[in-house]
Amino acid sequence: MNRLLLAFFLFLASLGPTFAVNPDEVLSDPALEARARAISAELRCMVCQNQSIDDSNAELAKDLRVLVRERLANGDSDEAVIDYVVSRYGEFVLLKPRFETKTMILWGMPILLLLVGAATLLVAALKRGRQSRGTPLSDDEKEKLKKLLQP
Amino acid sequence: MIIELGHYALVLALATAFVQAALPILGARLNDRALMELASSAAIACFLLVAFSFAVLTFAYVTSDFSVRNVWENSHSLKPLIYKISGVWGNHEGSMLLWLLILVFFSALVATFGRNLPETLKANVLAVQAWIAVAFTLFILLTSNPFARLIPAPGEGKDLNPILQDVGLAIHPPLLYLGYVGFSVCFSFAIAALIEGRIDAAWARWVRPWTLAAWTFLTAGISMGSYWAYYELGWGGWWFWDPVENASFMPWLAGTALLHSALVMEKREALKIWTVLLAIMTFSLSLLGTFLVRSGVLTSVHAFATDPTRGIFILAILVFFIGGAFSLFAYRASRLKAGGIFAPVSKEGALVFNNLILTTAAATVLTGTLYPLVLEALTGDKISVGPPFFNMTFGLLMLPLLFAVPFGPLLAWKRGDLMGVAQRLFAAVAVGLVVGCVYYYAMNGGPILALFGIALGVYLIAGSVTDLALRSGLGKVAGNVAWRRFSGLPRSAFGTALAHIGLGVTLIGIVAVTAFETETVVEMKPGMTVDAGGYTLRFDGMRNGSGPNYSEESGHFTISSGGVVVTDIWSSKRLYQARRMPTTEAGIRTFGLSQLYVSLGDQISEGGIVVRIWWKPMILCIWGGTLLMMAGGFVSLSDRRLRVGAPTRAKRPKTIPVGAAE
Repeated sequence: MNRLLLAFFLFLASLGPTFAVNPDEVLSDPALEARARAISAELRCMVCQNQSIDDSNAELAKDLRVLVRERLANGDSDEAVIDYVVSRYGEFVLLKPRFETKTMILWGMPILLLLVGAATLLVAALKRGRQSRGTPLSDDEKEKLKKLLQP
Repeated sequence: MIIELGHYALVLALATAFVQAALPILGARLNDRALMELASSAAIACFLLVAFSFAVLTFAYVTSDFSVRNVWENSHSLKPLIYKISGVWGNHEGSMLLWLLILVFFSALVATFGRNLPETLKANVLAVQAWIAVAFTLFILLTSNPFARLIPAPGEGKDLNPILQDVGLAIHPPLLYLGYVGFSVCFSFAIAALIEGRIDAAWARWVRPWTLAAWTFLTAGISMGSYWAYYELGWGGWWFWDPVENASFMPWLAGTALLHSALVMEKREALKIWTVLLAIMTFSLSLLGTFLVRSGVLTSVHAFATDPTRGIFILAILVFFIGGAFSLFAYRASRLKAGGIFAPVSKEGALVFNNLILTTAAATVLTGTLYPLVLEALTGDKISVGPPFFNMTFGLLMLPLLFAVPFGPLLAWKRGDLMGVAQRLFAAVAVGLVVGCVYYYAMNGGPILALFGIALGVYLIAGSVTDLALRSGLGKVAGNVAWRRFSGLPRSAFGTALAHIGLGVTLIGIVAVTAFETETVVEMKPGMTVDAGGYTLRFDGMRNGSGPNYSEESGHFTISSGGVVVTDIWSSKRLYQARRMPTTEAGIRTFGLSQLYVSLGDQISEGGIVVRIWWKPMILCIWGGTLLMMAGGFVSLSDRRLRVGAPTRAKRPKTIPVGAAE
């Protein structure tokens, strides 16, 4: 029983915040490795709370990192690797969702708000401009003003 | 017995809050002085009662009274005293009690320092504060009672989550809550203005210091949290766009916008309706943040569904206050008359631009945080919105704003001269580009965007200095005159400059770390060396040790530069006994503004261990900049004009109706 408990605790300990990429995973080609890191930062670790596979030490994240590197070593392009991972794990795996119908509002929100805000401001500025200009003086008033200003 | 007294004090606080919520508002209606004055005494009484209740819970933690369920669940008798105290708010029930304590603390402050406030305004403000207090006291008493007993009392507690056993927990949540909840005062002022249907520059002069204070604390809380995550989590990141972080970042963005729009309202009586709306939005985002963090809806929609009582209660609070506030706004906003007229190119115009970008940024973060939840609830589709999304959208939004920042203080009110200001900022742009190039050259190249990022940061700093120099007439008048003018500048001018300089410094830190940090992952055996950031690290070996409630393994590294030993680093892994939970204690050494960050990984082979070493150039700029922003906030707050309750000086031009502030 005690041994079982100990094994369980050791298992728990192994889950801790040790870190992600281990030396044995690193590719020998630095350019390829850099691409692998960039891709890893965009893929979600499915069993973690809010980590990319690059940051996580979970088993699944490690498997994915190795998978990404295998595909890269086979000569796949970055897009092809990501497409492959998405085909296996679904879009949930992408930390930066693709632009499509269901993410239209997400991606469109900043631009939409900027446009609406700018338009509102423009309308308000035009209205204010008209107000501040006021009505021009009539000929009569101009005549009076001239007289007043003459010494 | 004392525990029950604490519980009872909370019930009494609820009763007091009910009184404070109902009678003063009636008094303001009937113009009954006695009823209105009740607000202040009730607010102070309520604060004392909640403070007593909080003290009792703290007492239970300090004495390790495990007959209290909350203490048993989150404490341990071996825990050092400081973590016993900070453990009070290291859990759901306790942190809600802290939230409430700070809320009623702010009410008591308004009651004490608001002597000069118009009677009806004060009564209404305190009443609105009390509505919030009632809601949250009920929440605590009905769903999250920290005083629940456990019989029979266990002999030992379950201990606090080890990640939380850190000074960070002692400082971060109180600061964050001071900021979060501080915006409740702005909210209450906005609602009171809507109830009265009247708002003037004096109102803005009252709201500004509260906004400033809340904003300064929130800045402190967020940056403290960021540094804590940086050294505690052990993977060297300092901002993760985690929903919990976003929850505190959204009110910060909205609060920053509010700070600037309240300025326009105070000086020029313009943007009244917008400022009121912004005050409501800022606190609504604080409430939303509380809901997101406290309901468990973020971890997963299912966590929310399994124990929905708390979540639904906060959701009800959220709907009541946000919905109520916006309805009231829609109903009454037309009564508030628009004021001052200004040309698009003017200081007002610049501040409006600031508001446009900051609110859009806040909305973007909000959309990104909630989108996965809403989409899953509506269609069942699961998507993730993570750091790459936020970095891209938020970064693009911030660029034009950062470039515009130095223009704001230099533009004149009403109608500004854009070309003239651009000319005056020419030197700042030049300085920025030169420093950017020099740094780029010194780092031996790198991403070209980094050059412009550094240049932008330096331009922000130089631009703020330009403003101070121009205001004191440097170069145009004699040196001693310029000095006299400089020291005679209002404190708020220094505050503005400090905060904007801080922004530049933070930006430099972010750009430098993002572009130039190096990371080395190696398996090391004793005696092996690794180079990082121009230093050589030698791994000397491991040592076992133990603390009061944990055991640890530490690795020792000797750091040398050019063959000379400079310093050393201990980096550890800990195992906390009560929860059998491991943590990393990264070894960090500071060199100027840069840091070496060493984190230990798994033991792979005999005597060998995986080590991850980062060189983080200029990383301290990130938090140094936020410190400057905070300093700017405090300096501004000490401006005579804003000091709460300070009598008005005769010198001040009479453009602002003084009557309301008397």
